[in-house]
Amino acid sequence: MLKVGIDIGSTTVKVVVMREKELLFKHYERHFSQVRQKTAEILKEAAPVIGDEEFAAALSGSAGFGLAKAAGLEFVQEVFATGKAVTYFSDGVDVVIELGGEDAKILFLTGGVEERMNGTCAGGTGAFIDQMASLLDVTPEDLNHLASRHEKIYPIASRCGVFAKSDIQPLLNQGARKEDIAASIFQAVVDQTITGLAQGRQIKGKVAFLGGPLHFFTELQKRFTETLNLSPENALFPDLGQFSVALGTAIYAEDSGDRLTLKELISKVESAKSEISADKRLDPLFRNEEEYAEFSARHAKACVPEKDIAQYEGLAYLGIDCGSTTTKVALISEDGSLLYTYYGSNRGSPVQIIREQLMKIRAFCGDRIEIRGSAVTGYGEELIQNAFAVDAGLVETMAHFKAARFFQPEVDFILDIGGQDIKCFQVKNNSIDSIMLNEACSSGCGSFIETFARSMGYEIADFAKKGLFAKHPVDLGSRCTVFMNSSVKQAQKDGAGVEDISAGLSMSVVKNAIYKVIRAHSAEELGKHIVVQGGTFLNDAVLRSFEQEIGGEVVRPAIAGLMGAYGAALYAKSLKLSKSTLFSMEELEHFTHTAKSANCGLCANHCALTVNIFANGKKFISGNKCERPLGVKGKEKLPDMYQWKVDRIQALKPVEGKRGKIGLPLALNMYENLPFWFAFFTDLGFEVVVSPVSTLELYSKGRYTIPSDTVCYPAKMVHGHIEWLLEQKLPVIFYPCLAYNFDEHKGDNHYNCPVVAYYPELLKSNITRLQETRFLYPYFGLHRPKDFVKKAAVYFGEQFPGITPKEVKHAAKAAYDAYAKWQADLKAEGAKVLKWAEENHKKVAVLAGRPYHIDPEINHGIHKLLTSLGMAVITEDCVSDLVEPQKVNVLNQWTYHARLYNAAKYVTLHKNMELIQLVSFGCGIDAITTDEVRSILEKGGKFYTQLKIDEINNLGAVKIRLRSLLGAIEERDAAGERS
Amino acid sequence: MDRVIFTKEMKDTHTILIPTMLPIHFNLMSQIMNQHGYHTEVLQNESQSVVNEGLRNVHNDTCYPALLVIGQMIDALESGKYDLNKVALLITQTGGGCRASNYIHLLRKALKKGGYGNIPVISLSFGGLEKNPGFKLTPGMLLQLLYAVLLGDLLTLLSNQCRPYEKNPGDTQKVVDQWTKKLLDDFAHSKIVHYSHIKRFYKEILEDFAKIPRTKEKKVRVGVVGEIYVKYSPLGNNNLEAFLLSEGAEVVVPGLLDFCLYCVYNGIHDRELYGGGLLKSLGNKAAYKLLLKKQMDVINLVKEQGVFMPATPFSEVVTLSEPYIDHGVKMGEGWLLTAEMVELINEGVENIVCTQPFGCLPNHIVAKGMIRAIKEKNPSANIVAVDYDPGASAVNQQNRIKLMLANAKIK
Repeated sequence: MLKVGIDIGSTTVKVVVMREKELLFKHYERHFSQVRQKTAEILKEAAPVIGDEEFAAALSGSAGFGLAKAAGLEFVQEVFATGKAVTYFSDGVDVVIELGGEDAKILFLTGGVEERMNGTCAGGTGAFIDQMASLLDVTPEDLNHLASRHEKIYPIASRCGVFAKSDIQPLLNQGARKEDIAASIFQAVVDQTITGLAQGRQIKGKVAFLGGPLHFFTELQKRFTETLNLSPENALFPDLGQFSVALGTAIYAEDSGDRLTLKELISKVESAKSEISADKRLDPLFRNEEEYAEFSARHAKACVPEKDIAQYEGLAYLGIDCGSTTTKVALISEDGSLLYTYYGSNRGSPVQIIREQLMKIRAFCGDRIEIRGSAVTGYGEELIQNAFAVDAGLVETMAHFKAARFFQPEVDFILDIGGQDIKCFQVKNNSIDSIMLNEACSSGCGSFIETFARSMGYEIADFAKKGLFAKHPVDLGSRCTVFMNSSVKQAQKDGAGVEDISAGLSMSVVKNAIYKVIRAHSAEELGKHIVVQGGTFLNDAVLRSFEQEIGGEVVRPAIAGLMGAYGAALYAKSLKLSKSTLFSMEELEHFTHTAKSANCGLCANHCALTVNIFANGKKFISGNKCERPLGVKGKEKLPDMYQWKVDRIQALKPVEGKRGKIGLPLALNMYENLPFWFAFFTDLGFEVVVSPVSTLELYSKGRYTIPSDTVCYPAKMVHGHIEWLLEQKLPVIFYPCLAYNFDEHKGDNHYNCPVVAYYPELLKSNITRLQETRFLYPYFGLHRPKDFVKKAAVYFGEQFPGITPKEVKHAAKAAYDAYAKWQADLKAEGAKVLKWAEENHKKVAVLAGRPYHIDPEINHGIHKLLTSLGMAVITEDCVSDLVEPQKVNVLNQWTYHARLYNAAKYVTLHKNMELIQLVSFGCGIDAITTDEVRSILEKGGKFYTQLKIDEINNLGAVKIRLRSLLGAIEERDAAGERS
Repeated sequence: MDRVIFTKEMKDTHTILIPTMLPIHFNLMSQIMNQHGYHTEVLQNESQSVVNEGLRNVHNDTCYPALLVIGQMIDALESGKYDLNKVALLITQTGGGCRASNYIHLLRKALKKGGYGNIPVISLSFGGLEKNPGFKLTPGMLLQLLYAVLLGDLLTLLSNQCRPYEKNPGDTQKVVDQWTKKLLDDFAHSKIVHYSHIKRFYKEILEDFAKIPRTKEKKVRVGVVGEIYVKYSPLGNNNLEAFLLSEGAEVVVPGLLDFCLYCVYNGIHDRELYGGGLLKSLGNKAAYKLLLKKQMDVINLVKEQGVFMPATPFSEVVTLSEPYIDHGVKMGEGWLLTAEMVELINEGVENIVCTQPFGCLPNHIVAKGMIRAIKEKNPSANIVAVDYDPGASAVNQQNRIKLMLANAKIK
């Protein structure tokens, strides 16, 4: 009998027709969300093969689900279908990995059948590759070609597309080779698949790789084969891999599918209707043309004077904003009028575009106009400054602030939505009162609209226009672009039009800015004179959404997209230079630029460097986290308590003992408690073996046993440490469960967070190799020393016959003493740093997080970046005892978190101190602490800076945040002196 | 932050709003409180604006239940239905190291920010975390509330076993509605409903459900476990039960009493682990014994009748998690969640949806973290973990549940 399998995924339709095992017809095509039409079209093409014969048919795929329901057709879940298809390809397959546009799936067929799909965060595999290709301004096919010529692979965060982009974007702007970036993108997909799907199972044996992306991208195939260490005969990439689900669906249909003719099937597909629930519909942006006309007229007033560059004579100032996705240039006259502007996508190679622009400007200027100063800002600031000898660089927040102030001197609130970042400032008394920048999850909202528009075949301007008069915009959520993307896909399948999606996306981006970044409630909270800017606000739909959401009117300068460049030009002017160093026409003509990748070997961070070489032999190195690879010598080294703590912990060296070896993982709360347990076991006569300080490599060792991909990075890291300890073949590994922490009398209670408290339980259940050794994870309460001695005596007496209560008592005393000394030393050292800073007039940053944030693979060297920016670094626990316990508006019941509140208070009492809060992605408790820390700091007249950290390795975005903080402090101090 | 106290006077003047989670249980409890002199109302608003208010008023990285509960309350306050000077809010506070202990504080912050700072918030907590002169859980009232939980659990248990098999669509719901009404009336008539009365209800309820004409077909049985709010609340889990029913499954959900027992048990166990006050522990032990006894009464009646599958006694549930996870894990749903998965599997319900709010901290360990070990010991277990969040798309969730259903075997 004939059988038809239809697989409608998030981006493509696949149809196959089979008789027995013979494939008679196959078709693969993108559906651009026209699910019904496309499917019907393809079915019509199959008419010559099928004729009038009755056949068995079924549907599959994420978009097939809705259609099957609406059309009353048989549906089979896609992973189930894949399972059916495997035998079609080959016998003896152990594991199947199938990647689609939105979902990744894994099937373990031997050794216990298991089937799994990716979690919510890791959505969008094929879609992610498409987006990244668009970021590099190449087609997906070209991305593959580029990757084939790679020389090195950069570490790219693999939690999700948003985080990966946060690593890729700065790489592009720092001049890394596209070939290397392309290969790194594929590697990120591989890592994400393994971390998200393996969940404790080793991917080994014969592995079949199915689905579109794995069929079309040969480089992705290579990355998988290499990473999984598969021999050629064990890595199966079937010719029809992209049809696997459709084939499986056809096979399934034979037993359980509908029996019908082609005519009946086509008519069912064509007449199927689905609807978006009314709950997901939003109010339109404009009810009619008049409303829009009024709106346009109001905003048209906000313009900047212009002067004709062909007529102007005299001095001019140049500002360049080399942003994440777009490049902007502004040339202004002595009085701030615009002479020349440029705004365009940087197409993944900003250097070439800026060179073209500079040549154009130099040609216009001739001898008539003298460029007396130039400044550059944005992600590509350092690269461009070095490439073209631009006079000055400034952090983009400051550039935007200066431009907005010039535009609207009374401004009290500025919101800038760029391609990658969202920034806002509150202005009081002529200086910045607070800065809010998006955290990692909100990144890339601005450019998301654009890449999405392009994927639908629209230019951004046309796409935006479509949204203005949408009747029923769709609610697409606001958490992040990965979630939005998946909501868009759902809405499209439910029949939402481009208009409704365009408007919906504008609203989503705005809601993300308001609820996640600004965290404001009403327009009044923001201010009276609100200026909005950044390329994203050129989109009228976004502007309107913002006004609607806050319920008030705002000013959008006509040059909203150019404000960074305009601000940079104003800054260049304020420098009052006598001559600019900016490249002349001749120098521009001879300009060349090549980039090379290298690894720094000067410390454990092993930064992936990009070495840019220009025509004059000048070099510019990027990707570094500290100044060492730049060869800067003789610079004073600032105190750094992060380093001190790590050094101190590493100084604990195992002492041979009568009871043999015991292993401890250096992860999570062990960073705080190691001195305790080290002393305890050493005193009992154990040789204590501690896993080394984390590296990316160590993390990779353990990633296949992580059961929950949304857990924080510090917790994921533990898996690698356990693997390391297992490699040492230790007879015992010890890692206790501690629900309670030490009681420092700072809050209402003294818990650990659930993850820190019970992670050992998870390890035991997910790392099967732990059965090869003795894994001890007892429950103890270190907060009650007397009870601890009693319970420990019983426990260790049972575990290690021969250990007496007396010995335990002695060891416990040694342990508590060691912990007390470690804390006392830490505080004394912290006090020394503070005193030194006071005497030497240095600023001190409290880099406040958890004890385990000192792990270099978790903080990615942020403390080094801080010292290179001229601040001494201390930890929150250095100062948390120096003030009275803080009363906060929440239940203050976690020991580590209570320290944050106290540290924040202490900082407000000292002029030379600032606090920067490190927040790990997935830390649910920090969703509660951040608002409180912010409020303590702001009440005390300090800025609040939050850095969300995860696997993201590139510090590009972090650097902007830190420099913004420093810029704002400077600005405020200057304003303070003026008044 | 200074909190607004719920004074004795307010008991007479104020309407206390209760967020919804389990409609049958909560309506009964509300009625009981009204019988004890309060004016309470269980909120019914469940539209998208609840989610929007949540997003607007709560840090978006806070767990989804907090967002919904607080969103529902603020949405109610904004509705104009209530005199804002005569309204109070009630929220449960379980205590412990999970961030859920902070819901009440997040609610107060949201109220203050929204200009509702004068509205008193009552903490409903059996640990007595906060005190209000106008709101006291008397032993008598507590006992009545316990009956509400028992009756609610029984109605849920029986309706779940009838609904997929009813010959006349709607029959089951009719019985549920009739009984809810009857019980509400009954609780409305007397402040104290005697236990002998309750036991008679059990029997009559069992009889009424047994009378519903049902088919004998076999259906896939699917268990639902998870974080308490998204497990039970249709608002929190995108109408999971309705979806499973529409896919032809029978839904099995462990009862609310188990969670109460779990809380009490933890109080006893905490002292064994870490030491602490003897008196409190003795109180807990007495309560534990009482609850176990009351649960057994229901189970025995169900068994006696022999028509329906009773719940597994908690005294047994408690032992089920032992091969997997220690009883020391007691933040959030803790070891109970693991135990419930095993309980379901032992009852022959091998297909399980494990629900959690996106980023739920305890569930990394007790839910997703235990699935591997459970599958190892029970190879035919078929468990899917689903995350709920305002931004997560329903199709994604349903597609994963469909995979679980495709793999489900009828037993």
